[in-house]
Amino acid sequence: MNYINIKNNQTIALSAIPESNYESFFDQNLDLMRGHTERHCVNYFGYKVGNNVKLICCIADDLTHEIFISTCLVNKAHSLESMSREMLCFEKFEREIHENFGIPYVDHPWLKPVRYPENRDDLSQTIENYPFYSIESEELHEVGVGPIHAGIIEPGHFRFICNGEQILHLEIQLGYQHRGIEQLFIDKKQLLQRATLAENIAGDTVVGHSTAFAQVWESLCHFEPTQAMQFSRTLALELERIAIHTGDLSAACTDVAYQLGSAVFGRLRTPIVNFMQEWGGNRLSKGLIRPGYSPFPFTPSLAKRLIEILDIFEPEFDEMANKTFSLSSVLSRFERTGVVSNTDALNIGTVGMAARMTNLNRDIRASHPTDYYLQLHHQPILKRHGDVYSRIQIRRLEVKQSIQYIRTLLAGMPNLDVQPKEFKIPQSNAFSISLVEGWRGEICHCAITDPTGDLLHYKIKDPSFHNWLALALSVRNNEISDFPICNKSFNLSYAGHDL
Amino acid sequence: MILDNLKIMYHQGKQFIPDVTTAQVPGIFRGRPLITVAKVDEMALQSVCPTNAIGVAPVSVDLGKCTFCGECAARFPEKISFTKDYKLATNERNRMIISENDNHPIELNYDIIRQEIRGIFGRSLKLRQISAGGDNSCEWELGAANNVQFDMSRFGIEFVASPRHADGIVITGPITKNMAAAIQLCYDATPDPKIIVLVGTDAISGGIFAGSSALDRSFLDRYPVDLYIPGNPAHPLDIINGLLDLTRRKKF
Repeated sequence: MNYINIKNNQTIALSAIPESNYESFFDQNLDLMRGHTERHCVNYFGYKVGNNVKLICCIADDLTHEIFISTCLVNKAHSLESMSREMLCFEKFEREIHENFGIPYVDHPWLKPVRYPENRDDLSQTIENYPFYSIESEELHEVGVGPIHAGIIEPGHFRFICNGEQILHLEIQLGYQHRGIEQLFIDKKQLLQRATLAENIAGDTVVGHSTAFAQVWESLCHFEPTQAMQFSRTLALELERIAIHTGDLSAACTDVAYQLGSAVFGRLRTPIVNFMQEWGGNRLSKGLIRPGYSPFPFTPSLAKRLIEILDIFEPEFDEMANKTFSLSSVLSRFERTGVVSNTDALNIGTVGMAARMTNLNRDIRASHPTDYYLQLHHQPILKRHGDVYSRIQIRRLEVKQSIQYIRTLLAGMPNLDVQPKEFKIPQSNAFSISLVEGWRGEICHCAITDPTGDLLHYKIKDPSFHNWLALALSVRNNEISDFPICNKSFNLSYAGHDL
Repeated sequence: MILDNLKIMYHQGKQFIPDVTTAQVPGIFRGRPLITVAKVDEMALQSVCPTNAIGVAPVSVDLGKCTFCGECAARFPEKISFTKDYKLATNERNRMIISENDNHPIELNYDIIRQEIRGIFGRSLKLRQISAGGDNSCEWELGAANNVQFDMSRFGIEFVASPRHADGIVITGPITKNMAAAIQLCYDATPDPKIIVLVGTDAISGGIFAGSSALDRSFLDRYPVDLYIPGNPAHPLDIINGLLDLTRRKKF
């Protein structure tokens, strides 16, 4: 056994992670995963150690709540066998390792650039000359979309290969949003700067990413967040879920030209984000979650206000949802559109809603709970069909579930406590991991510290990192006119992927 | 059933904000800051800011760099406080720098607005949005500016799907190297006369990403900017009032 079992938000000495050679590292991680659908790879990354690259693989077990961490040291002069050849869920991780460090994989099925980071190994590869897959044929044509899209959304390039109106293949090229965040985590030395970076990873998942950063940092510093801080984080995560899911329902209605649903769900998001502003002064919760303290404690008067808002929100949401989900003109666009099978979702390692839509139970709130999720005993909402309708239904049901959780939380609200502000410095030569279920799915942050206790490496994984491939698979054999609704039903992050 | 639709519309009532120029925002919004003349440890105050937005001797706050985290106000409440004034947009970079004892609304410099902007775009403005490393928060608020509450399109201001249909571009995000070529292409494809609007702290100064080697902000050195809309993200009312002030309101 050349790995160590840890729990979510645990910090261990770097030297406690057993190191093996690549052959046994390879066999061991595949063995851990093979035949165990309850396990999945939450992070697999490398960082430079002298002229070598140290690989760290983190595999989570959803039943035992453990995370298996293992490591190995490789030299970029030696080519490696790829794990993706055996299990596709490693493909994106290996592409990233290849892109960052130039490690050659001899048998990787799709060794293409991931995001063109500015510190990539091969600077001759640029975003303008991405090697798109193409098929020589008289019958087929290609459609290129982006990087700038027709609406107010982030940039990315989609290349379709179509047979008439039907999509045969979609390739998604990302990287346009790359801001060098992981490197900035190392370069910026102030804690507030790093917390600000965390909340700017993806502006629609501010609470998710800033909670993950706060937890990693507090764990490294052996700081136990107070009850009130834990309460605020759980509450904010659920409010963020309600706000974005409601907005997504609006967008889905827009894409099937259902004007009333689009307008009403669109406006229903406002009372929730305005509540975030009443609480923390920012509609997207920027500045709300910080490591070590709560800048904006949740007070009893805010609790009273939130209940008032939810009491109005809930019947209006129900009324609109009941109407939307009874319209055949809407359902005919949602049902059996953009299907991903359970097998595919499992193989490519999808997380969050994109997994739960195919009956694949992936939800950190249940499998690796922290804070108040420990007492909420979360039951993930699962759907079976893997189509647009499943993804939309999950949103509707999760909004209802989150409202229920918030009511439960508010009933057992902890007293405001004295806020400890003093931090110890982080443990030196340590490794820490944090998993948080954002509204999109699993967010994973890993930190490694140097001998002085400062950050040596910081690794961020947004759920979109896995799920973009699920979108590409979902549109196969669909009409190209259904692409917008497929895309919107996933609503993946470009910024969170490109970092 | 038509009856269901009528019921929903009755329950929703009128949602739009009647006057977007005077509307109040709820809660504890962090808008235009106020800086007193109180004596504080200026070096300590300056070092609080994650984005070097605070200047000293005398103390000032640069809203083009500020991420509106409010940390300076929390630690030095006697020196800095944030008002709920959401009108932060202007067309001159130095008007975003707020100094001690400065309690004036932020306004545009109407003397430097190009003649054709008011003449041609005064009643209709179509914009192309480019996210260039934006984190989807300013993009989100630009979208919200078009929802049934803020309803920006009532003023003839809309976002269009092609630069060929646009009167200008709206940039969000710190402008990444990987977007540098695309942003130039989009600008070139927009017919003259055209405006450039920067929305959000990231676009105006790079924000927390300033200095990252993954950015290429040279586009902004080549062309003049017509409107800066600060915020992290910019509030929809900030966006709408900025665009209205630029294109129509008579304040000469």
